[in-house]
Amino acid sequence: MAGALVKERGAAADPALRASRARQRRDRWMTHGILLLGVIIFALPIWITLVGSTHDVNTIGRGEVPLWFGGHAVENYVAAWSRGGEAVRNTRAVPAGIMLWNSLVMATLIATGKIIISLLSAYAVVFFSFPGRMAFFWMIFITLMLPVEVRIIPTFQVMVDLHLTDTMAGLVIPVVASATATLLFRQFFLTIPDEYAEAAKIDGAGPLRFFWDVVLPLSRTNIAALFVILFIYGWNQYLWPLLIITDTGLETIVVGLSKMIGRGDAQNEWNAIMATAILALLPPVAVVVLMQRWFVKGLTETEK
Amino acid sequence: MRKGIIFKGKLLPLILMLPQLAITGIFFFWPAGQAIWSSLLREDAFGLNRDFVGLENFAEVLADPTWREAAQNTAVFALSVAVLALSAALLLAVQADKAIRGSGLYKTLLIWPYAVAPAIAAVLWLFLFHPQIGLIGRALNAAQIAWDYRLNGGQAMLLVIIASAWKQVSYNFIFFLAGLQSIPRAVLEAASIDGARPVRRFWTIIFPLLSPTSFFLLTVNLVYAFFDTFGVIHALTQGGPAKATETLIYKVYVDGVENLNLGASAAQSVILMIIVIAMTAVQFRFIERKVHY
Repeated sequence: MAGALVKERGAAADPALRASRARQRRDRWMTHGILLLGVIIFALPIWITLVGSTHDVNTIGRGEVPLWFGGHAVENYVAAWSRGGEAVRNTRAVPAGIMLWNSLVMATLIATGKIIISLLSAYAVVFFSFPGRMAFFWMIFITLMLPVEVRIIPTFQVMVDLHLTDTMAGLVIPVVASATATLLFRQFFLTIPDEYAEAAKIDGAGPLRFFWDVVLPLSRTNIAALFVILFIYGWNQYLWPLLIITDTGLETIVVGLSKMIGRGDAQNEWNAIMATAILALLPPVAVVVLMQRWFVKGLTETEK
Repeated sequence: MRKGIIFKGKLLPLILMLPQLAITGIFFFWPAGQAIWSSLLREDAFGLNRDFVGLENFAEVLADPTWREAAQNTAVFALSVAVLALSAALLLAVQADKAIRGSGLYKTLLIWPYAVAPAIAAVLWLFLFHPQIGLIGRALNAAQIAWDYRLNGGQAMLLVIIASAWKQVSYNFIFFLAGLQSIPRAVLEAASIDGARPVRRFWTIIFPLLSPTSFFLLTVNLVYAFFDTFGVIHALTQGGPAKATETLIYKVYVDGVENLNLGASAAQSVILMIIVIAMTAVQFRFIERKVHY
């Protein structure tokens, strides 16, 4: 007690210490200030969109940008979900419910497909010796350098020849090859000790049995982390669906939203567009926030 | 650690690799080969014959003023996006790394934009900057600053840069934070005991230690700005007004898909392929070095 008192008096008497305390406090406020500013800049567009999606179309069309919720939330979301907005204004509207379903199916199939295909190839490369092993591995690796954007027309031609345009298979199959996932699984498989496989062999387990009973369970966290990243990748596909889908029944929500906006006329049905935007970004954002740890792990490991 | 190959058998591994090899063969290598091949050919006026013209298509593309303009737009766009996204992320990561109350919450609130698709990021910023319905767009016009990104090329470019960078900050933030957290505390404490002020400590110790991360992120951001921002431009400006926001990728799309000019589009594709290969090579050289680091 007395010691503390002395210490406090000492501190008060020492102007240098007091100044340093004040500086620390100021630094702390600066830190919070900068971070809060960042959070606000990140959240502002979402806030405006969320609030806008609860007002009627005329309020937004007149340009009275609302900063607080209005009373039309339910009808806007119902209209967007089941009709893609008011049918009178937009004859080509696709219901957001259908687009969300298409995006969900596409993203899940892409993520699952990429993981299965990459697990199998990485397993073959690491645990077997066969002619052409490294050549095949490099072949997969090189696909990193051939994004869709640099081979648009000939890839589209292949899709036409195979009758894959306007199909769900066409949305998924051409993008399920994955060099990054294969590299990640290869890297991980190399850390599995030889003894595990030797023991499995002594127990009479073949390669498929070993894959199923040992390798797959060991890979669980890697698979989960990768799934989060790949699901978001799949959900956010843009150029590919834009190219090969003309059938509105297969429209995905990211492309569909951008089509609703057209050239950005003030007469657009902005409240329905805002509701659709919220619906479009909610699933992937929820995945990131709820699975934050796996997401960070997946992100930092696939890039190394 | 593993030393040797374990299982024998030649057929099984090939079967395991078949799905991936089939897809890469059919949807990657075959079309890429087609792009290279047709970049060397030219159709006659009636579309009946295709003649081998060597590198003529390339010479034509490189001499084309609209292509040069697109290349210039791409350079301005990619560099601005990278610089903006990297510096904002570094500033935020340094703050979030300081042991303060609520830093976990801040992290969650700063990483979610990663999940937003580029095209949706564009739409969200449109809601802010639209001249008639946007909060900021209207405020600018009310303040006698003529703002309409649909008419003014510079403003359109600014808007696509902001929307693209906004989405990328989260990604950079995660990597900078991981980089900062791997710096040994002892190094920082030693500097602090030596009396180095925070700002000086940052530039002389933290920043150099972060340079591998920064360089890695720079290449990733440039690749992102080159290839993944198609959605931003398509949703927001469609390359306009008057081609002011037409990047190289957007031009390939317009020439190939909308104008069906196949020879020119193929030559542009091959040039882009060379750019990706160069960028990927830089990225991997760097990663190799980081392993030794």
